[in-house]
Amino acid sequence: MTAITTAAPAAAETSRNLTRSMLIGLLLLAAALPFIVGKSGFISNFTFLQLSLMIVYAIAVLGLNLLTGFNGQISLGHGAFFAVGAYTAAILIEHYGVNYWLTLPAAALICFVVGYLFGLPALRLEGHYLALATFGLAIAVPQMLKYKHLEPLTNGVMGINLLKPDAPFGLPLSGDQWMYLVVLIVAVAMFWMARNLLNSRPGRAMVAIRDHTLAASTMGIDTSRYKATVFGISALYVGVAGALHAIIFEFVSPDSFRFELSIAILVGAVVGGVASLPGAVIGGIFVQFIEKYADAMTKKLTQAIHLPLELQPWTLYGITLIVLIYVMPGGIAGGLAALWARLRRSQGG
Amino acid sequence: MTELKRRTVIAGLGILAVTPVFAPAIAQKRYDDGASDTEIKIGNIMPYSGNASAYGVIGRTSEAVMKMVNDAGGLNGRKITFITYDDGYSPPKAVEMVRKLVEEDKVLLVFNPLGTPSNTAIQRYLNQRKVPQLFVATGASKWGNPRQFPWTMGWQPDYVTEGSIYAKHILATKPDAKIGVLMQNDDYGKDYFNGFKQGLGAANERRIVQLSTYEVTDPTVDSQMIQLKNSGADVFFNITTPKFAAQAIKKAAEIAWKPVHYLNNVSSSFGSVLKPAGIDNAQGIIVALYRKDASDPQWVNSPDVVAWKAFMAKYMPNSDVRDDGHNFGFSVAHTLLQTLRQAGDNLTRENVMKEAANIRAFESPLLLPGIKVNTSPTDFYPIQSVQLARVKGESFELFGSVLSSESTS
Repeated sequence: MTAITTAAPAAAETSRNLTRSMLIGLLLLAAALPFIVGKSGFISNFTFLQLSLMIVYAIAVLGLNLLTGFNGQISLGHGAFFAVGAYTAAILIEHYGVNYWLTLPAAALICFVVGYLFGLPALRLEGHYLALATFGLAIAVPQMLKYKHLEPLTNGVMGINLLKPDAPFGLPLSGDQWMYLVVLIVAVAMFWMARNLLNSRPGRAMVAIRDHTLAASTMGIDTSRYKATVFGISALYVGVAGALHAIIFEFVSPDSFRFELSIAILVGAVVGGVASLPGAVIGGIFVQFIEKYADAMTKKLTQAIHLPLELQPWTLYGITLIVLIYVMPGGIAGGLAALWARLRRSQGG
Repeated sequence: MTELKRRTVIAGLGILAVTPVFAPAIAQKRYDDGASDTEIKIGNIMPYSGNASAYGVIGRTSEAVMKMVNDAGGLNGRKITFITYDDGYSPPKAVEMVRKLVEEDKVLLVFNPLGTPSNTAIQRYLNQRKVPQLFVATGASKWGNPRQFPWTMGWQPDYVTEGSIYAKHILATKPDAKIGVLMQNDDYGKDYFNGFKQGLGAANERRIVQLSTYEVTDPTVDSQMIQLKNSGADVFFNITTPKFAAQAIKKAAEIAWKPVHYLNNVSSSFGSVLKPAGIDNAQGIIVALYRKDASDPQWVNSPDVVAWKAFMAKYMPNSDVRDDGHNFGFSVAHTLLQTLRQAGDNLTRENVMKEAANIRAFESPLLLPGIKVNTSPTDFYPIQSVQLARVKGESFELFGSVLSSESTS
């Protein structure tokens, strides 16, 4: 009995150390990727763009996760903050010649303020009412970007073309490879900050509000201020993701940020696993992957097995989603954790 | 150090000595990405899904034309690989698909991408990477700007040219005209209207007694039509897309307004405009055409129409032959084939662009007699001529001669 109690924390410690060194190793490998591949063309620039997009979506999913997973507020409109971040970056670069690095804090600040202000009145709305209000935001923003009097800034439906920055210091990297590194570094910083936030006193307050708002306020937590601030931080994350998206994609238009984007981010958060940081990464990969390949894969599947009926483009997407939610109600991250735990138990037993 | 230098010099001399022997042989064939001794890769994006998916037949037709060429042995001994993706008429999707074409599929050029918004979105990228954006499927006037965008070229007559041709016809036939204009309030409408004003000239701009506009989101143009009638205009220039064109024609008949009616080429379709508006109401409307209506009996023996019909029967047997996209795709694909034929074995992007700007009096199939494709290093508007036609019964009756505008050459 004594042996077990002493062994357990040690095992947990080892496993945590193992996870940490694995994570660092993985990140180093990811960072080394463009240098290893170099200009050999073994991995195309287009693939680097797709990898970057996955990371960008992971940041966005993380932002929504902070709000929904850790604070219990549902948003169907985070695509709107993504758009605000993207347009902030695009307008600053295009019209004011601002360095792309500086657009990130600018987008973060603007999105935080917008998110906070939107969060204030939205506090009176609980659950599905909040979801509906944010949904309205997601529908309104693309229209607002087309507004006639904003056109000198936003360039209306035509959108804004940007040029991708080249690698600095004469690094032997293409623009896409360099931006992949930038996105990776920003993402690591953002995840690190999110982890620290969640492990802090305010982080525990956030979770307490999610679990039982009334109990939290009885304990002296200013729930409304917390909720609005978390809304702002969540918008900040999504805004930074939007700004990065604008820079690596070299193009923004109202069409890039239709309300489907908000839904995609939410789906990514749920599929990856709410209230989970690794879940956000998986969610980001899911958003990028499924959006691009569901259509093509449906077509290929139809041809491959000679289905007698014509499958609609998004059929596979729907089926995947239903199966995932039934098989892994805690998202992919939750599902993997459960699987891992079961494996260990069966080994130990 | 000296040793090293001497060795370098010797090696250098060796290379120099060898080079001239092989250089002439190599110079014959030159390739960029997407071209080789056996293959030419062409990229394309089209709205196969979404609101504008009706245009998708253009991409399918181009694809089928390339298949026809391959079945006949290819082009200059090379097979053509035609890669076409769906952009859903969405600019961000267009950007992504074009990047995939250039960076992953490594196509030689991007051919006939459709729509002003999508082409605007990809123009800067393609020009930066020096990849030809050839024969875009939009009539906006901005595609012929080789100084700023040397890798982008239009194809069909641009809206400015067409607008000025209507204006000149009005001045020639009805110098005291009182003109009413109905215009869609966007880049397309403004392009036509600017050309129209150019054609009239500053002195005659006062002939325009009424300009009414509508938004593409408006349900009808009824009130604008009443406004136009009340202005006393006796000539009507109708700058509208198919749905609104049909409404305008119908409304004019209802309120018994009978001006000389000029309709832009964008809406010169029996299927989607003139029939829904009522053939009787559409009689006498003047449009500018540059291609043959392949179902018109007057062209039944014309070799290009015969060839088109054979092509349709063999390569697109299940398609609707009345859909004009098949005519458009067939014709524009042949202009690309001509460009590649001219480029011969020098299939670099630079040379393809050079040959695209060096087309002399090429009769792309299905163009009206007398209308030819002409380009030069300063003229990136391949087709600049139209012929006016009047709606008569259920077909177009061509009249006058082929008209060109020098305003944009």
